Amino acid sequence: MRNTWIICRKELSSYFASPVAYLLLTMFALIFGFFFWNSLGYFVIASMEMQMRGQAFSMSVNEQIIRPLLANTSVVGLFFIPMITMRLFAEEKRTGTIELLATSPVRDIEIIVGKWLSALILYACLLLFTALNFAFLFRYGNPDWKPLAVGYLGLLLQAGGLLAIGTFISTLTRNQIIAGAATFGVCLMLWIFSWVSGYDSATWAAVLSYMSVVTHFDSFGKGVIESKDAIFYLTVIFLGLFFTARSMESMRWRS
Amino acid sequence: MITVKDLTRGYAHTVAVNQVSFSVAKGQIVGFLGPNGAGKTTTMRMLTCFLPPSSGTATVAGFDVLEQPLEVKKRIGYLPETPPIYPEMATVEYLRFVGSLKGLSGTDLDKRVDYVVGRCSVADVKKKLLGKLSKGYRQRVGLAQAIIHNPDVLILDEPTAGLDPKQINETRDLIKDLAGDHTIILSTHILPEVEQTCQQVIIINKGRVVATDSVENLQSRGRNAETMVLEVASRSGPLEVARIEQRLKQVAGVSRVSIKNKYDSRAVFETESLMGELKRGDLARVIVESGWDLNELRPASMSLEEIFLQLTGGDPAAQTAEAKPGAAAPGQGESSAAEEPHA
Repeated sequence: MRNTWIICRKELSSYFASPVAYLLLTMFALIFGFFFWNSLGYFVIASMEMQMRGQAFSMSVNEQIIRPLLANTSVVGLFFIPMITMRLFAEEKRTGTIELLATSPVRDIEIIVGKWLSALILYACLLLFTALNFAFLFRYGNPDWKPLAVGYLGLLLQAGGLLAIGTFISTLTRNQIIAGAATFGVCLMLWIFSWVSGYDSATWAAVLSYMSVVTHFDSFGKGVIESKDAIFYLTVIFLGLFFTARSMESMRWRS
Repeated sequence: MITVKDLTRGYAHTVAVNQVSFSVAKGQIVGFLGPNGAGKTTTMRMLTCFLPPSSGTATVAGFDVLEQPLEVKKRIGYLPETPPIYPEMATVEYLRFVGSLKGLSGTDLDKRVDYVVGRCSVADVKKKLLGKLSKGYRQRVGLAQAIIHNPDVLILDEPTAGLDPKQINETRDLIKDLAGDHTIILSTHILPEVEQTCQQVIIINKGRVVATDSVENLQSRGRNAETMVLEVASRSGPLEVARIEQRLKQVAGVSRVSIKNKYDSRAVFETESLMGELKRGDLARVIVESGWDLNELRPASMSLEEIFLQLTGGDPAAQTAEAKPGAAAPGQGESSAAEEPHA
Protein backbone atom coordinates (compact mmCIF):
# COMPACT_ATOMS: atom_id res chain seq x y z
CA MET A 1 0.00 0.00 0.00
CA ARG A 2 2.75 2.37 0.98
CA ASN A 3 4.78 1.48 -2.11
CA THR A 4 1.74 1.93 -4.33
CA TRP A 5 1.33 5.42 -2.99
CA ILE A 6 5.04 6.22 -3.49
CA ILE A 7 4.82 5.17 -7.14
CA CYS A 8 1.55 7.00 -7.62
CA ARG A 9 2.95 10.22 -6.16
CA LYS A 10 6.01 10.01 -8.37
CA GLU A 11 3.89 9.48 -11.47
CA LEU A 12 1.69 12.44 -10.56
CA SER A 13 4.69 14.67 -10.09
CA SER A 14 5.97 13.50 -13.48
CA TYR A 15 2.66 14.44 -15.08
CA PHE A 16 2.70 17.85 -13.48
CA ALA A 17 6.43 18.48 -13.89
CA SER A 18 6.08 18.14 -17.65
CA PRO A 19 3.62 20.03 -19.85
CA VAL A 20 1.56 16.84 -20.30
CA ALA A 21 -0.90 17.44 -17.49
CA TYR A 22 -1.35 21.15 -18.21
CA LEU A 23 -1.84 20.54 -21.90
CA LEU A 24 -4.47 17.87 -21.29
CA LEU A 25 -6.23 20.00 -18.68
CA THR A 26 -6.31 23.03 -20.95
CA MET A 27 -7.57 21.11 -23.93
CA PHE A 28 -10.20 19.34 -21.92
CA ALA A 29 -11.32 22.54 -20.22
CA LEU A 30 -11.73 24.25 -23.59
CA ILE A 31 -13.63 21.37 -25.17
CA PHE A 32 -15.90 20.84 -22.22
CA GLY A 33 -16.38 24.55 -21.77
CA PHE A 34 -17.61 24.72 -25.33
CA PHE A 35 -20.03 21.84 -24.80
CA PHE A 36 -21.32 23.46 -21.64
CA TRP A 37 -21.79 26.85 -23.17
CA ASN A 38 -23.54 25.29 -26.12
CA SER A 39 -26.02 23.17 -24.20
CA LEU A 40 -26.66 25.93 -21.70
CA GLY A 41 -27.50 28.20 -24.61
CA TYR A 42 -30.01 25.71 -26.00
CA PHE A 43 -31.53 25.32 -22.60
CA VAL A 44 -31.95 29.05 -22.13
CA ILE A 45 -33.48 29.47 -25.58
CA ALA A 46 -35.85 26.59 -24.97
CA SER A 47 -36.97 28.00 -21.67
CA MET A 48 -37.50 31.45 -23.19
CA GLU A 49 -39.61 29.96 -25.98
CA MET A 50 -41.63 28.12 -23.42
CA GLN A 51 -42.30 31.31 -21.51
CA MET A 52 -43.30 33.20 -24.65
CA ARG A 53 -45.74 30.50 -25.73
CA GLY A 54 -47.04 30.17 -22.25
CA GLN A 55 -46.93 26.39 -22.56
CA ALA A 56 -45.68 24.28 -19.75
CA PHE A 57 -42.99 21.87 -20.91
CA SER A 58 -41.23 20.05 -18.22
CA MET A 59 -37.79 21.54 -18.08
CA SER A 60 -35.07 19.79 -16.13
CA VAL A 61 -31.50 20.93 -15.73
CA ASN A 62 -30.50 17.38 -14.90
CA GLU A 63 -32.12 15.82 -17.93
CA GLN A 64 -31.38 18.52 -20.45
CA ILE A 65 -27.94 19.74 -19.48
CA ILE A 66 -26.17 17.44 -17.08
CA ARG A 67 -27.06 14.11 -18.62
CA PRO A 68 -26.06 14.90 -22.22
CA LEU A 69 -22.94 16.63 -20.99
CA LEU A 70 -21.91 13.61 -18.95
CA ALA A 71 -22.46 11.42 -22.01
CA ASN A 72 -20.30 13.81 -24.02
CA THR A 73 -17.64 13.70 -21.34
CA SER A 74 -17.59 9.94 -21.45
CA VAL A 75 -16.87 10.06 -25.19
CA VAL A 76 -14.38 12.94 -25.03
CA GLY A 77 -12.58 11.04 -22.30
CA LEU A 78 -11.86 8.29 -24.83
CA PHE A 79 -9.62 10.71 -26.69
CA PHE A 80 -7.72 11.79 -23.61
CA ILE A 81 -7.13 8.41 -22.07
CA PRO A 82 -4.43 7.28 -24.54
CA MET A 83 -2.53 10.48 -23.89
CA ILE A 84 -2.61 9.80 -20.18
CA THR A 85 -1.52 6.17 -20.27
CA MET A 86 0.87 5.97 -23.18
CA ARG A 87 3.95 6.98 -21.23
CA LEU A 88 3.33 4.93 -18.10
CA PHE A 89 5.51 1.94 -18.93
CA ALA A 90 6.75 2.71 -22.45
CA GLU A 91 8.85 5.60 -21.20
CA GLU A 92 10.35 3.61 -18.34
CA LYS A 93 11.25 0.86 -20.75
CA ARG A 94 12.89 3.25 -23.15
CA THR A 95 14.98 5.13 -20.59
CA GLY A 96 15.82 2.00 -18.59
CA THR A 97 14.29 3.27 -15.36
CA ILE A 98 12.14 0.16 -15.37
CA GLU A 99 15.28 -1.58 -14.10
CA LEU A 100 15.22 0.63 -11.03
CA LEU A 101 11.60 -0.20 -10.28
CA ALA A 102 12.01 -3.89 -11.01
CA THR A 103 15.06 -4.21 -8.76
CA SER A 104 13.53 -2.32 -5.86
CA PRO A 105 11.84 -4.26 -3.08
CA VAL A 106 8.42 -3.54 -4.51
CA ARG A 107 5.89 -5.99 -5.92
CA ASP A 108 4.93 -5.70 -9.58
CA ILE A 109 1.31 -5.23 -8.64
CA GLU A 110 2.22 -2.26 -6.43
CA ILE A 111 3.98 -0.62 -9.36
CA ILE A 112 1.07 -1.31 -11.68
CA VAL A 113 -1.66 -0.13 -9.34
CA GLY A 114 0.38 2.94 -8.41
CA LYS A 115 0.75 3.95 -12.03
CA TRP A 116 -2.86 3.21 -12.87
CA LEU A 117 -4.04 5.16 -9.84
CA SER A 118 -2.01 8.18 -10.86
CA ALA A 119 -3.60 8.05 -14.31
CA LEU A 120 -7.03 7.86 -12.70
CA ILE A 121 -6.24 10.82 -10.49
CA LEU A 122 -5.16 12.86 -13.50
CA TYR A 123 -8.43 11.93 -15.18
CA ALA A 124 -10.27 12.99 -12.05
CA CYS A 125 -8.48 16.34 -12.34
CA LEU A 126 -9.96 16.67 -15.83
CA LEU A 127 -13.38 16.01 -14.37
CA LEU A 128 -12.81 18.81 -11.86
CA PHE A 129 -13.17 21.21 -14.77
CA THR A 130 -16.57 19.79 -15.57
CA ALA A 131 -17.50 20.24 -11.93
CA LEU A 132 -16.42 23.86 -12.18
CA ASN A 133 -18.90 24.37 -14.98
CA PHE A 134 -21.64 22.46 -13.24
CA ALA A 135 -21.11 24.65 -10.18
CA PHE A 136 -22.74 27.48 -12.14
CA LEU A 137 -25.87 25.37 -12.50
CA PHE A 138 -26.01 24.98 -8.77
CA ARG A 139 -25.46 28.71 -8.27
CA TYR A 140 -28.23 29.83 -10.64
CA GLY A 141 -30.44 26.79 -10.84
CA ASN A 142 -31.66 23.98 -8.74
CA PRO A 143 -30.40 20.67 -10.12
CA ASP A 144 -30.38 17.43 -8.18
CA TRP A 145 -26.85 16.55 -7.09
CA LYS A 146 -27.37 12.82 -6.73
CA PRO A 147 -27.62 11.88 -10.42
CA LEU A 148 -24.57 14.05 -11.02
CA ALA A 149 -22.61 12.19 -8.36
CA VAL A 150 -23.64 8.87 -9.87
CA GLY A 151 -22.62 10.20 -13.26
CA TYR A 152 -19.16 11.02 -11.96
CA LEU A 153 -18.89 7.59 -10.42
CA GLY A 154 -19.74 6.11 -13.81
CA LEU A 155 -17.17 8.30 -15.57
CA LEU A 156 -14.47 7.25 -13.13
CA LEU A 157 -15.36 3.60 -13.48
CA GLN A 158 -15.36 3.81 -17.26
CA ALA A 159 -12.09 5.69 -17.30
CA GLY A 160 -10.64 3.22 -14.80
CA GLY A 161 -11.33 0.39 -17.21
CA LEU A 162 -9.92 2.16 -20.24
CA LEU A 163 -6.91 3.40 -18.29
CA ALA A 164 -6.21 -0.17 -17.21
CA ILE A 165 -6.29 -1.24 -20.85
CA GLY A 166 -4.02 1.66 -21.74
CA THR A 167 -1.62 0.73 -18.96
CA PHE A 168 -1.49 -2.80 -20.31
CA ILE A 169 -0.79 -1.61 -23.84
CA SER A 170 1.96 0.66 -22.54
CA THR A 171 3.83 -2.36 -21.18
CA LEU A 172 3.94 -3.93 -24.62
CA THR A 173 6.23 -1.41 -26.27
CA ARG A 174 9.00 1.04 -25.54
CA ASN A 175 7.57 3.50 -28.01
CA GLN A 176 5.07 5.93 -26.54
CA ILE A 177 3.54 6.78 -29.90
CA ILE A 178 2.75 3.13 -30.58
CA ALA A 179 1.30 2.70 -27.11
CA GLY A 180 -0.80 5.83 -27.54
CA ALA A 181 -2.03 4.96 -31.01
CA ALA A 182 -2.91 1.39 -30.06
CA THR A 183 -4.78 2.55 -26.97
CA PHE A 184 -6.59 5.14 -29.00
CA GLY A 185 -7.61 2.46 -31.49
CA VAL A 186 -8.94 0.21 -28.74
CA CYS A 187 -10.81 3.09 -27.10
CA LEU A 188 -12.47 4.02 -30.38
CA MET A 189 -13.42 0.42 -31.09
CA LEU A 190 -14.99 0.09 -27.68
CA TRP A 191 -16.97 3.23 -28.44
CA ILE A 192 -18.20 2.45 -31.95
CA PHE A 193 -19.20 -1.07 -31.01
CA SER A 194 -22.30 0.54 -29.58
CA TRP A 195 -23.37 1.63 -33.08
CA VAL A 196 -24.25 -1.89 -34.17
CA SER A 197 -27.31 -1.88 -31.94
CA GLY A 198 -29.30 -1.48 -35.17
CA TYR A 199 -28.72 -5.17 -35.82
CA ASP A 200 -29.91 -5.99 -32.37
CA SER A 201 -31.44 -9.31 -33.33
CA ALA A 202 -28.07 -10.87 -34.21
CA THR A 203 -26.08 -12.41 -31.41
CA TRP A 204 -22.80 -10.95 -32.57
CA ALA A 205 -24.31 -7.49 -32.55
CA ALA A 206 -25.57 -8.00 -29.04
CA VAL A 207 -22.12 -9.13 -27.96
CA LEU A 208 -20.36 -6.20 -29.61
CA SER A 209 -22.85 -3.76 -28.23
CA TYR A 210 -22.37 -5.23 -24.79
CA MET A 211 -18.63 -4.78 -25.09
CA SER A 212 -18.95 -1.10 -25.78
CA VAL A 213 -17.91 0.95 -22.81
CA VAL A 214 -20.29 3.71 -23.80
CA THR A 215 -23.50 1.67 -23.60
CA HIS A 216 -22.72 0.82 -20.04
CA PHE A 217 -22.54 4.48 -19.19
CA ASP A 218 -26.19 5.17 -20.04
CA SER A 219 -27.50 4.05 -16.68
CA PHE A 220 -24.93 6.12 -14.78
CA GLY A 221 -25.80 9.15 -16.92
CA LYS A 222 -29.41 8.77 -15.84
CA GLY A 223 -28.30 8.72 -12.25
CA VAL A 224 -28.95 5.03 -11.76
CA ILE A 225 -26.35 2.62 -10.46
CA GLU A 226 -27.00 -0.56 -12.41
CA SER A 227 -25.03 -3.36 -10.84
CA LYS A 228 -24.44 -5.09 -14.18
CA ASP A 229 -22.85 -1.96 -15.61
CA ALA A 230 -20.76 -1.34 -12.53
CA ILE A 231 -19.62 -4.95 -12.62
CA PHE A 232 -18.76 -4.62 -16.31
CA TYR A 233 -16.45 -1.69 -15.60
CA LEU A 234 -14.92 -3.36 -12.56
CA THR A 235 -14.25 -6.44 -14.67
CA VAL A 236 -12.52 -4.37 -17.33
CA ILE A 237 -10.37 -2.71 -14.66
CA PHE A 238 -9.47 -6.07 -13.17
CA LEU A 239 -8.68 -7.66 -16.51
CA GLY A 240 -6.63 -4.68 -17.66
CA LEU A 241 -4.51 -4.70 -14.52
CA PHE A 242 -4.26 -8.48 -14.56
CA PHE A 243 -2.93 -8.48 -18.11
CA THR A 244 -0.52 -5.69 -17.19
CA ALA A 245 0.86 -7.86 -14.42
CA ARG A 246 1.22 -10.83 -16.76
CA SER A 247 2.88 -8.63 -19.34
CA MET A 248 5.38 -7.30 -16.80
CA GLU A 249 6.20 -10.82 -15.81
CA SER A 250 6.73 -11.95 -19.38
CA MET A 251 8.84 -8.84 -20.01
CA ARG A 252 11.36 -10.33 -17.59
CA TRP A 253 11.46 -13.60 -19.41
CA ARG A 254 11.74 -12.05 -22.81
CA SER A 255 13.91 -8.97 -22.40
CA MET B 1 27.76 -13.12 0.48
CA ILE B 2 26.98 -14.07 -3.09
CA THR B 3 26.90 -17.61 -4.34
CA VAL B 4 26.16 -18.40 -7.94
CA LYS B 5 25.85 -21.94 -9.15
CA ASP B 6 25.41 -23.13 -12.73
CA LEU B 7 23.52 -19.99 -13.59
CA THR B 8 22.20 -20.15 -17.13
CA ARG B 9 20.09 -17.74 -19.06
CA GLY B 10 19.05 -18.06 -22.66
CA TYR B 11 17.28 -15.66 -24.96
CA ALA B 12 15.23 -16.64 -27.96
CA HIS B 13 18.10 -18.04 -30.00
CA THR B 14 21.22 -17.60 -27.91
CA VAL B 15 22.54 -18.60 -24.56
CA ALA B 16 23.74 -15.39 -22.95
CA VAL B 17 25.04 -16.92 -19.76
CA ASN B 18 26.05 -20.53 -19.63
CA GLN B 19 26.52 -22.40 -16.35
CA VAL B 20 28.28 -19.61 -14.55
CA SER B 21 29.43 -20.40 -11.03
CA PHE B 22 31.34 -18.24 -8.60
CA SER B 23 31.10 -16.90 -5.12
CA VAL B 24 32.05 -13.66 -3.48
CA ALA B 25 33.00 -13.20 0.14
CA LYS B 26 31.73 -10.35 2.29
CA GLY B 27 33.44 -7.00 1.88
CA GLN B 28 35.24 -7.85 -1.34
CA ILE B 29 35.37 -5.93 -4.57
CA VAL B 30 35.05 -8.26 -7.47
CA GLY B 31 35.63 -7.25 -11.06
CA PHE B 32 33.54 -8.80 -13.73
CA LEU B 33 35.70 -8.62 -16.78
CA GLY B 34 34.82 -9.45 -20.34
CA PRO B 35 34.28 -7.99 -23.78
CA ASN B 36 30.97 -6.51 -24.82
CA GLY B 37 28.28 -9.13 -25.14
CA ALA B 38 30.07 -11.61 -22.87
CA GLY B 39 27.09 -11.93 -20.54
CA LYS B 40 28.17 -9.54 -17.79
CA THR B 41 25.00 -7.50 -17.77
CA THR B 42 22.77 -10.55 -18.01
CA THR B 43 24.50 -12.13 -15.02
CA MET B 44 24.14 -8.93 -13.03
CA ARG B 45 20.50 -8.64 -13.96
CA MET B 46 19.90 -12.12 -12.67
CA LEU B 47 21.62 -11.27 -9.39
CA THR B 48 19.40 -8.22 -8.99
CA CYS B 49 16.27 -10.25 -9.72
CA PHE B 50 15.56 -8.23 -12.83
CA LEU B 51 15.82 -11.34 -14.98
CA PRO B 52 14.96 -14.80 -13.77
CA PRO B 53 17.58 -17.43 -14.59
CA SER B 54 16.64 -20.21 -17.00
CA SER B 55 18.38 -22.67 -14.72
CA GLY B 56 20.83 -22.72 -11.86
CA THR B 57 20.66 -20.83 -8.62
CA ALA B 58 21.99 -17.62 -7.16
CA THR B 59 21.81 -16.55 -3.58
CA VAL B 60 22.54 -13.12 -2.20
CA ALA B 61 23.07 -12.76 1.56
CA GLY B 62 21.52 -16.17 1.95
CA PHE B 63 18.35 -15.45 -0.02
CA ASP B 64 17.55 -17.13 -3.31
CA VAL B 65 16.87 -14.78 -6.20
CA LEU B 66 13.92 -16.85 -7.39
CA GLU B 67 12.41 -17.82 -4.05
CA GLN B 68 12.75 -14.59 -2.09
CA PRO B 69 13.30 -11.79 -4.56
CA LEU B 70 11.99 -9.10 -2.22
CA GLU B 71 14.54 -10.00 0.46
CA VAL B 72 17.31 -10.01 -2.13
CA LYS B 73 16.24 -6.68 -3.57
CA LYS B 74 16.27 -5.10 -0.10
CA ARG B 75 19.94 -6.01 0.22
CA ILE B 76 21.12 -5.01 -3.22
CA GLY B 77 22.03 -1.66 -4.65
CA TYR B 78 22.16 -1.69 -8.41
CA LEU B 79 23.56 0.77 -10.91
CA PRO B 80 22.67 -0.31 -14.43
CA GLU B 81 24.82 0.64 -17.38
CA THR B 82 22.80 3.77 -18.00
CA PRO B 83 21.87 5.38 -14.70
CA PRO B 84 18.12 4.87 -14.19
CA ILE B 85 17.19 8.49 -13.73
CA TYR B 86 14.03 10.43 -14.43
CA PRO B 87 15.02 13.54 -16.39
CA GLU B 88 12.13 15.60 -15.05
CA MET B 89 13.11 15.05 -11.41
CA ALA B 90 15.54 17.09 -9.34
CA THR B 91 18.47 15.29 -7.72
CA VAL B 92 17.20 15.32 -4.15
CA GLU B 93 13.64 14.62 -5.18
CA TYR B 94 14.90 11.60 -7.10
CA LEU B 95 17.03 10.31 -4.25
CA ARG B 96 14.10 10.68 -1.87
CA PHE B 97 11.92 8.75 -4.28
CA VAL B 98 14.42 5.89 -4.61
CA GLY B 99 15.04 5.90 -0.87
CA SER B 100 11.37 5.55 -0.06
CA LEU B 101 11.03 2.89 -2.72
CA LYS B 102 13.76 0.96 -0.93
CA GLY B 103 11.85 1.21 2.32
CA LEU B 104 13.32 4.29 4.00
CA SER B 105 11.11 6.93 5.57
CA GLY B 106 11.08 9.84 7.99
CA THR B 107 14.36 10.99 9.49
CA ASP B 108 16.15 7.88 8.22
CA LEU B 109 15.39 8.96 4.71
CA ASP B 110 16.54 12.54 5.37
CA LYS B 111 19.78 11.31 6.88
CA ARG B 112 20.56 8.86 4.13
CA VAL B 113 19.81 11.39 1.40
CA ASP B 114 22.13 13.90 3.06
CA TYR B 115 24.76 11.23 3.46
CA VAL B 116 24.77 10.01 -0.14
CA VAL B 117 24.64 13.56 -1.47
CA GLY B 118 27.87 14.25 0.39
CA ARG B 119 29.41 10.89 -0.30
CA CYS B 120 28.89 11.00 -4.04
CA SER B 121 29.66 14.75 -4.30
CA VAL B 122 26.40 15.79 -5.86
CA ALA B 123 25.72 18.64 -3.42
CA ASP B 124 26.32 21.19 -6.20
CA VAL B 125 23.45 19.86 -8.24
CA LYS B 126 20.96 19.13 -5.45
CA LYS B 127 18.20 21.22 -6.91
CA LYS B 128 18.98 20.68 -10.57
CA LEU B 129 16.87 18.59 -12.89
CA LEU B 130 18.52 15.28 -13.68
CA GLY B 131 17.90 15.73 -17.39
CA LYS B 132 20.16 18.77 -17.32
CA LEU B 133 23.09 17.08 -15.62
CA SER B 134 26.32 16.10 -17.31
CA LYS B 135 27.15 12.45 -17.78
CA GLY B 136 29.54 12.50 -14.83
CA TYR B 137 26.95 13.87 -12.45
CA ARG B 138 24.32 11.47 -13.70
CA GLN B 139 26.66 8.61 -12.99
CA ARG B 140 27.26 9.90 -9.49
CA VAL B 141 23.56 10.31 -8.88
CA GLY B 142 23.20 6.75 -10.14
CA LEU B 143 25.77 5.60 -7.63
CA ALA B 144 24.06 7.63 -4.91
CA GLN B 145 20.74 5.90 -5.55
CA ALA B 146 22.47 2.51 -5.47
CA ILE B 147 23.85 3.06 -1.96
CA ILE B 148 20.97 5.03 -0.52
CA HIS B 149 19.55 2.16 1.54
CA ASN B 150 23.00 1.05 2.68
CA PRO B 151 22.77 -2.32 0.93
CA ASP B 152 24.99 -5.27 1.76
CA VAL B 153 25.74 -5.85 -1.89
CA LEU B 154 26.45 -3.31 -4.58
CA ILE B 155 26.19 -4.29 -8.21
CA LEU B 156 27.65 -1.76 -10.60
CA ASP B 157 27.41 -2.25 -14.35
CA GLU B 158 30.30 -0.41 -16.00
CA PRO B 159 30.32 2.39 -13.44
CA THR B 160 33.02 4.38 -15.21
CA ALA B 161 31.81 4.07 -18.79
CA GLY B 162 31.66 7.40 -20.53
CA LEU B 163 33.34 9.44 -17.80
CA ASP B 164 36.36 11.67 -18.23
CA PRO B 165 39.66 10.58 -16.63
CA LYS B 166 39.24 12.74 -13.55
CA GLN B 167 35.75 11.46 -12.95
CA ILE B 168 36.91 7.91 -13.55
CA ASN B 169 39.49 8.28 -10.80
CA GLU B 170 36.98 9.84 -8.44
CA THR B 171 34.49 7.09 -9.11
CA ARG B 172 37.10 4.39 -8.55
CA ASP B 173 38.17 5.99 -5.28
CA LEU B 174 34.58 6.18 -4.19
CA ILE B 175 34.04 2.51 -5.02
CA LYS B 176 37.17 1.52 -3.12
CA ASP B 177 35.94 3.60 -0.20
CA LEU B 178 32.64 1.81 -0.18
CA ALA B 179 34.20 -1.63 0.01
CA GLY B 180 34.38 -3.13 3.44
CA ASP B 181 30.85 -2.11 4.39
CA HIS B 182 29.54 -3.37 1.11
CA THR B 183 30.34 -6.32 -1.06
CA ILE B 184 30.81 -4.98 -4.55
CA ILE B 185 30.58 -6.53 -7.96
CA LEU B 186 31.49 -4.26 -10.80
CA SER B 187 31.63 -5.07 -14.45
CA THR B 188 34.04 -3.54 -16.89
CA HIS B 189 35.92 -4.22 -20.05
CA ILE B 190 38.87 -2.11 -18.97
CA LEU B 191 41.72 -4.06 -17.40
CA PRO B 192 43.41 -1.19 -15.50
CA GLU B 193 40.13 -0.57 -13.80
CA VAL B 194 40.19 -4.06 -12.38
CA GLU B 195 43.83 -3.70 -11.40
CA GLN B 196 43.14 -0.50 -9.56
CA THR B 197 39.91 -1.28 -7.78
CA CYS B 198 39.33 -4.98 -7.46
CA GLN B 199 40.77 -7.75 -5.35
CA GLN B 200 39.21 -10.53 -7.28
CA VAL B 201 38.52 -10.96 -10.97
CA ILE B 202 36.01 -13.08 -12.77
CA ILE B 203 36.70 -13.23 -16.47
CA ILE B 204 33.75 -14.09 -18.58
CA ASN B 205 33.60 -14.73 -22.29
CA LYS B 206 30.73 -15.90 -24.48
CA GLY B 207 28.62 -16.54 -21.41
CA ARG B 208 31.15 -18.73 -19.64
CA VAL B 209 33.52 -18.05 -16.80
CA VAL B 210 37.02 -18.55 -18.17
CA ALA B 211 38.91 -17.65 -15.02
CA THR B 212 38.35 -16.65 -11.43
CA ASP B 213 41.40 -15.41 -9.66
CA SER B 214 42.96 -12.67 -7.62
CA VAL B 215 44.30 -9.71 -9.55
CA GLU B 216 47.96 -10.47 -8.72
CA ASN B 217 47.70 -14.05 -9.87
CA LEU B 218 46.04 -13.06 -13.06
CA GLN B 219 48.72 -10.57 -13.90
CA SER B 220 51.56 -12.90 -13.19
CA ARG B 221 49.83 -15.63 -15.09
CA GLY B 222 49.68 -13.38 -18.07
CA ARG B 223 53.32 -12.66 -17.72
CA ASN B 224 55.21 -15.84 -18.11
CA ALA B 225 56.74 -13.82 -20.87
CA GLU B 226 57.90 -10.36 -19.93
CA THR B 227 58.12 -7.42 -22.25
CA MET B 228 60.22 -4.35 -21.46
CA VAL B 229 59.96 -1.03 -23.24
CA LEU B 230 63.07 1.16 -23.54
CA GLU B 231 63.53 4.57 -24.99
CA VAL B 232 67.11 5.28 -25.93
CA ALA B 233 68.53 8.62 -27.06
CA SER B 234 71.91 9.61 -28.41
CA ARG B 235 73.92 12.35 -26.68
CA SER B 236 74.83 13.95 -29.97
CA GLY B 237 74.19 13.23 -33.61
CA PRO B 238 71.98 10.50 -35.07
CA LEU B 239 71.34 7.28 -33.22
CA GLU B 240 72.86 4.00 -34.41
CA VAL B 241 69.76 1.91 -34.06
CA ALA B 242 71.22 -1.31 -35.38
CA ARG B 243 74.06 -1.21 -32.87
CA ILE B 244 71.73 -0.70 -29.97
CA GLU B 245 69.61 -3.59 -31.13
CA GLN B 246 72.66 -5.78 -31.24
CA ARG B 247 73.78 -4.73 -27.78
CA LEU B 248 70.36 -5.41 -26.32
CA LYS B 249 70.29 -8.87 -27.83
CA GLN B 250 73.47 -9.70 -26.01
CA VAL B 251 71.96 -8.99 -22.61
CA ALA B 252 71.43 -12.19 -20.66
CA GLY B 253 67.84 -13.40 -20.80
CA VAL B 254 66.68 -11.36 -23.76
CA SER B 255 65.12 -13.56 -26.38
CA ARG B 256 63.96 -10.99 -28.88
CA VAL B 257 64.42 -7.29 -29.60
CA SER B 258 62.21 -5.19 -31.79
CA ILE B 259 62.20 -1.53 -32.74
CA LYS B 260 58.91 0.12 -32.04
CA ASN B 261 59.53 3.71 -33.04
CA LYS B 262 62.39 5.61 -34.56
CA TYR B 263 63.01 9.35 -34.37
CA ASP B 264 66.09 11.42 -35.26
CA SER B 265 67.97 11.14 -32.04
CA ARG B 266 65.97 8.60 -30.08
CA ALA B 267 64.22 5.27 -30.57
CA VAL B 268 61.88 2.97 -28.68
CA PHE B 269 62.72 -0.71 -28.34
CA GLU B 270 60.95 -3.70 -26.92
CA THR B 271 62.69 -6.69 -25.47
CA GLU B 272 61.08 -9.98 -24.71
CA SER B 273 62.30 -12.42 -22.12
CA LEU B 274 60.99 -15.22 -19.98
CA MET B 275 59.57 -14.25 -16.63
CA GLY B 276 62.34 -13.71 -14.05
CA GLU B 277 65.19 -14.36 -16.44
CA LEU B 278 66.06 -10.77 -17.09
CA LYS B 279 67.59 -8.22 -14.75
CA ARG B 280 66.35 -4.78 -15.66
CA GLY B 281 69.56 -3.30 -14.38
CA ASP B 282 71.46 -5.16 -17.08
CA LEU B 283 69.47 -3.45 -19.78
CA ALA B 284 70.07 -0.04 -18.28
CA ARG B 285 73.78 -0.65 -17.78
CA VAL B 286 74.32 -1.79 -21.36
CA ILE B 287 72.74 1.33 -22.72
CA VAL B 288 74.41 3.80 -20.41
CA GLU B 289 77.84 2.19 -20.58
CA SER B 290 77.74 2.34 -24.36
CA GLY B 291 77.35 6.08 -24.13
CA TRP B 292 73.65 6.44 -24.90
CA ASP B 293 70.97 7.97 -22.75
CA LEU B 294 68.22 5.82 -21.32
CA ASN B 295 65.08 7.97 -21.29
CA GLU B 296 62.66 5.34 -20.23
CA LEU B 297 62.61 1.75 -19.04
CA ARG B 298 59.36 0.09 -18.05
CA PRO B 299 57.57 -3.23 -18.25
CA ALA B 300 54.92 -3.27 -20.93
CA SER B 301 51.60 -3.94 -19.32
CA MET B 302 49.62 -6.77 -20.64
CA SER B 303 46.47 -5.67 -22.40
CA LEU B 304 43.15 -7.26 -21.69
CA GLU B 305 43.16 -8.56 -25.19
CA GLU B 306 46.37 -10.47 -24.65
CA ILE B 307 45.25 -11.99 -21.39
CA PHE B 308 41.98 -12.68 -22.96
CA LEU B 309 43.44 -14.43 -25.93
CA GLN B 310 45.51 -16.48 -23.58
CA LEU B 311 42.60 -17.45 -21.40
CA THR B 312 40.27 -18.23 -24.22
CA GLY B 313 42.94 -20.16 -26.04
CA GLY B 314 43.13 -17.82 -29.00
CA ASP B 315 46.90 -17.79 -28.87
CA PRO B 316 48.89 -21.02 -29.24
CA ALA B 317 51.41 -19.92 -26.63
CA ALA B 318 48.57 -19.56 -24.21
CA GLN B 319 47.30 -23.10 -24.47
CA THR B 320 50.00 -24.16 -22.09
CA ALA B 321 49.17 -21.35 -19.73
CA GLU B 322 45.61 -22.47 -19.56
CA ALA B 323 46.58 -26.02 -18.91
CA LYS B 324 48.60 -24.93 -15.90
CA PRO B 325 47.08 -25.84 -12.57
CA GLY B 326 46.85 -22.19 -11.57
CA ALA B 327 44.46 -21.45 -14.37
CA ALA B 328 41.05 -22.49 -13.23
CA ALA B 329 38.96 -24.14 -15.85
CA PRO B 330 35.34 -23.08 -15.91
CA GLY B 331 33.10 -24.78 -13.44
CA GLN B 332 35.72 -26.22 -11.14
CA GLY B 333 37.76 -25.00 -8.24
CA GLU B 334 36.56 -21.46 -8.63
CA SER B 335 34.48 -21.14 -5.55
CA SER B 336 37.37 -22.02 -3.31
CA ALA B 337 39.67 -19.65 -5.14
CA ALA B 338 37.14 -16.88 -4.87
CA GLU B 339 36.75 -17.27 -1.16
CA GLU B 340 40.39 -16.78 -0.38
CA PRO B 341 40.85 -13.59 1.57
CA HIS B 342 42.90 -10.94 -0.15
CA ALA B 343 44.52 -7.93 1.34
